[in-house]
Amino acid sequence: MKVPPPPSGPVPFAPEVSRAFVADMLRIRRLEEKCAQLYGEGKIRGFLHLYIGEEAVAAGAMRVLAPEDNVIATYREHGQALLRGVKMGAIMAEMYGKREGCSGGRGGSMHLFDAAARFYGGNAIVGGGLPLAVGMALAAKLEGERRVTACFFGEGAVAEGAFHESLNLAQLWRLPVVFFCENNLYAMGTALERSESQTDLCVKAAAFGMATVKADGMDVVAVHEAARGACERVRAGEGPVFVEFQTYRFRAHSMFDPELYRDKSEIEQWKTRGPIHTFTARLKAQGQLTEEQFLELDRAAVAEVEAAVVFAEAGTWEPVEELTRHLTAP
Amino acid sequence: MTITYREALRQGLREALASDPRVFLMGEDVGKYGGTYAVSKGLLEEFGPERVRDTPLSELGFVGAGVGAALGGMRPIVEVMTVNFSLLALDQIVNNAALLRHMSGGQLAVPLVIRMSTGAGRQLAAQHSHSLEGWYAHIPGIKVVAPATVEDARGMLGAALEEPDPVIVFEYPALFEMKGEAPQAKVDIAAARVRRSGSKVTLITYGACLPKALKAAEEVDGEVIDLRVLRPLDMAPVLESVKKTRRAVVVDENWRSGSLAAEVMARIMEQGFYDLDAPVARVCSEEVPVPYARHLEEAALPQPEKIVAAVKGLFA
Repeated sequence: MKVPPPPSGPVPFAPEVSRAFVADMLRIRRLEEKCAQLYGEGKIRGFLHLYIGEEAVAAGAMRVLAPEDNVIATYREHGQALLRGVKMGAIMAEMYGKREGCSGGRGGSMHLFDAAARFYGGNAIVGGGLPLAVGMALAAKLEGERRVTACFFGEGAVAEGAFHESLNLAQLWRLPVVFFCENNLYAMGTALERSESQTDLCVKAAAFGMATVKADGMDVVAVHEAARGACERVRAGEGPVFVEFQTYRFRAHSMFDPELYRDKSEIEQWKTRGPIHTFTARLKAQGQLTEEQFLELDRAAVAEVEAAVVFAEAGTWEPVEELTRHLTAP
Repeated sequence: MTITYREALRQGLREALASDPRVFLMGEDVGKYGGTYAVSKGLLEEFGPERVRDTPLSELGFVGAGVGAALGGMRPIVEVMTVNFSLLALDQIVNNAALLRHMSGGQLAVPLVIRMSTGAGRQLAAQHSHSLEGWYAHIPGIKVVAPATVEDARGMLGAALEEPDPVIVFEYPALFEMKGEAPQAKVDIAAARVRRSGSKVTLITYGACLPKALKAAEEVDGEVIDLRVLRPLDMAPVLESVKKTRRAVVVDENWRSGSLAAEVMARIMEQGFYDLDAPVARVCSEEVPVPYARHLEEAALPQPEKIVAAVKGLFA
């Protein structure tokens, strides 16, 4: 696939909004860089899937959601969880497996939950979250509530039956759900053109009669505008919307991935489209951000990560006697 | 007043829909068609299409939507036409419904009821006749119930809807024409029950095998225990009975290998070994896909004669 030119052009946000987007993306980036380091140190185990490179999607999309909305994501969900309001310390403690983690140490990196934030995981079955999102949207509709359910998933899920069944149900019943498809071009190591007969994902969604939007997932401006338009439509009761964000993951699929399936040069080309540096360059060009302001945001993110590590380190292990707790209601 | 098992199921559904606005029924042909087995006939007219919701043939999608709706505060009843079709929805049942509470550290709850018809005996052949209760009973995080009487057919649903966690209700087409009394809108879904007293042997069973075990018991002076709840198992009445009869035969329509019967036998061995005068025996389905031809189907399933023979074997 030919790599498009880096995102460019004027940023239509107020300066403080622009800087908030920078802060959001930096918080994810710094958190995950630390996670990778801690994985190397053996502090974090299991599977760890990093979002690095895709931050503009979570950042641009999450700010259109209201507190009463529902969010469902995948096993690559650190960014969504963080920007949805799950405390960074609770996320880090979860990765440590500590009781103070946002899932009490039961879930780990792939299963972050926070009921108070209406963040429903953290689903590690590809496509597994889509039927849930349909059901949550059905509940909202039956209860007469205006909440939107936002469902994040990768393009790999598009090959699953759950995708097709869920989109059909959502459109058939005109449910208030927005499908945020993060197309990072690889389902683990399988390139889109090696797994799909139709590589235009919007065409698939449109086959259900669903409204679709395609946006540059490396450009937080494009993401935000596409997500806002989609959510406004859903909130207005016009039925579900499918949004495809074209993005790219800079790191390996997980910490066990030697990346035999793609060229280093491709990754380097995509890095020229990096969501943080291209956005900050645009902001600097139009006088919305100084280098000092950027460094200040970065220092704040780093400090938050350090505090999260301290919190996780100080966390406690759930007593083994509680192993079967929460299997069913007490 | 006597009603059929089918009518009892319908009555249970009607009562559930009438008593709680959060309850809705969803599944293939539950509405306009009236239910594959006519269980939900008339409910669409009574409660409307929002609450008696026909779905496309998307078991994975609509069972998962049931999980999501339960997370979202509703009390969905999802009907899967037959247990064989539930295999298409297994991911949502096993990987979401059963796990979410524990995996989220107790933050989430899935108060979902899944009803599915199960078992053989109607010449529906291999893809509509299987008995997979033991598979579902293997999974921590869900409750599994098997109404084998008209009373339970009516009352188990209301009780299942009061559970804060997922419940699977197995319904038995082989019993749909059976008549009986169903005086209570709700019954307990915790305890096994003695359905017939006897002194020579304990016959432990559930579901469509209950009438067969009762018939066999007449001939061998058997005490018949209906497990009713397949997860978690209530072993106390079983062990108490074995203490008295000193012999046990488990009757289970599952295939023999890895059957629910195997679990029940193991528990009797673990907890009642010294009360036994003979090894525990079982009568299960033959290890073949259930065939269409009537005589072959009958040969594949537990039958009263096989149960009697198994009991006699314990005294040989």
